Amino acid sequence: MSRNGPLAILYHTLFVAFTLAPILVVCVVAFTPESHLSFPTDQWSLRWFRAIADYPEFVRAFWQSLQLGALSSALAVAFCVPAALGVARHRFPGRDVMMALFQSPLMVPHVVLGIAFLRFFTEIGLAGSFTGLVISHIVIVFPFALRLTLSSVTGLNPYIEHAAASLGAGDLTILRRITLPLIVPGLVSGWALAFINSFDEVTMTVFIATPGTETLPVRMFLYVQDNIDPLVSSVSAAVIGVTVIAMIVLDRLYGLDTLLLGRGSKND
Amino acid sequence: MDNNPVHQTPSAGQARQASRRLISTPYLLTGPALLLFLLIVLSPLAMTVLLSFHDWNQYRGIIEVFTTKNWLEVIQDDYFHEVLWRTLRVAIWVTLLTAMFGAPEAYILNRMRAPWRGIFLLVVLGPLLISVVARTLGWALLFGGESGAVNRALLHLGVIQEPIAFMFTETGMIVALTHVLMPYMVLSVWAALQRVDPNTENAAASLGAGSLSILGRIVFPQVLPGILAGSIIVFALAASAFATPAIIGGRRLKVASTLAYDEFLNSLNWPLGAVVAVILLVTLILIIVLTNRLVERRYAEVFR
Repeated sequence: MSRNGPLAILYHTLFVAFTLAPILVVCVVAFTPESHLSFPTDQWSLRWFRAIADYPEFVRAFWQSLQLGALSSALAVAFCVPAALGVARHRFPGRDVMMALFQSPLMVPHVVLGIAFLRFFTEIGLAGSFTGLVISHIVIVFPFALRLTLSSVTGLNPYIEHAAASLGAGDLTILRRITLPLIVPGLVSGWALAFINSFDEVTMTVFIATPGTETLPVRMFLYVQDNIDPLVSSVSAAVIGVTVIAMIVLDRLYGLDTLLLGRGSKND
Repeated sequence: MDNNPVHQTPSAGQARQASRRLISTPYLLTGPALLLFLLIVLSPLAMTVLLSFHDWNQYRGIIEVFTTKNWLEVIQDDYFHEVLWRTLRVAIWVTLLTAMFGAPEAYILNRMRAPWRGIFLLVVLGPLLISVVARTLGWALLFGGESGAVNRALLHLGVIQEPIAFMFTETGMIVALTHVLMPYMVLSVWAALQRVDPNTENAAASLGAGSLSILGRIVFPQVLPGILAGSIIVFALAASAFATPAIIGGRRLKVASTLAYDEFLNSLNWPLGAVVAVILLVTLILIIVLTNRLVERRYAEVFR
């Protein structure tokens, strides 16, 4: 393959600058020693990171997001495993419709889902509850968990299971001792992708979260709507920092493009 | 996953067992997830459609009678037209810009060597995982405040003579949304490029084609399905984007999703908000399904 020319390199440089500029600006402003928004000129300060601790809403929202993401992603994976086995290994009437339904949270705008959940939870008495948040997040992250679970089930060599069956293992034994251990890497990456999506979700959650159950992105969003100051920059910078670390780990383990495109692990 | 062979069982006994399993198990296996989706996705959506036909007034809240009042209000009022047109306009601009700038970048990335390829792929796609609020905050910082870094840079470079208003304008929304959604386009074109045989380029070059005609006549037609698939994704996400237009547009400049949010959580007129939501949903589904059909029919041979 031929190399990129100088013009291509220039284009690429500008593109990367465009991509990184807003992210870097948030991180730089977070280190300002001033009490107003400004770029730190001669000295850097951690005062706005320390200030986060004095604003308990952000801290509580962070733990809320963490618990919500972990729980809803785990439950989504639990629903995914049998569904992926069913969809990947069988051809049956209604299969395509079912797949479309499982993918629908990607197609239905999250604003619409937020409105629908708000109405639904109000009717059944779950409005503003953590249970409601978990249920709605299971559905939102389901397509991501399913995508990676499905690709690991599809990549499974059926003869390993046939060998176990011919040696007298029952269906449940095969599932527990052969199938599940083999798809664990897919399940873990599916959980991770689901977690990230739950952790970042703001549009749907903003409709159903109440002050007691606000997630971190929702708290950040509501804060930014009122005023933009160095405090919200430092919170954002912290979120960006954590995300970048998670991203690099995921990239090492699975390859970010394969993860995002859903082709399972690098080694497949 | 479509060409995955269904279980092939070696012995006759197992074959019988397997065929029995084939009939009942798929429904048992997919049952829990299917129930979840029927209950948690389809029924709330159906309730929202119903809600849009309910009446509402300030003192009594939602009144459960059948009326087309809200629909007529949205169809007749100029304010709603303006918001819906703005939503469409912003989404089209964002789609065009991501395609125009994202596709070349995917091509350049694909021609890079290790380790740059992996590093820059991470740099370009990574923002997808970073909170939308944080990314939009970055644009708000670049656009506004005392700094107005973008305007200063553009003035300094001589690109513009007068500062452009970005904050609380459609221009600002379009720039920020283009940034937020760009990774989807790059990813989609990147995926299409992975299916392109590099030998087709080499063959064209060995037959004497210049690099421009290779790009235009060999590479472009092969990645066009990727650009179109990316455009569908970006368009759908841009038309329904919420946090970015809300932060950049402020409280005045509304798009469909921020308008629906306002009706629900500020005016508390849920039925009217539901109308906006249903319009957004139906329009998007129609556009996605029609474009998908068009793209798949035209490029069926490229996709599989």
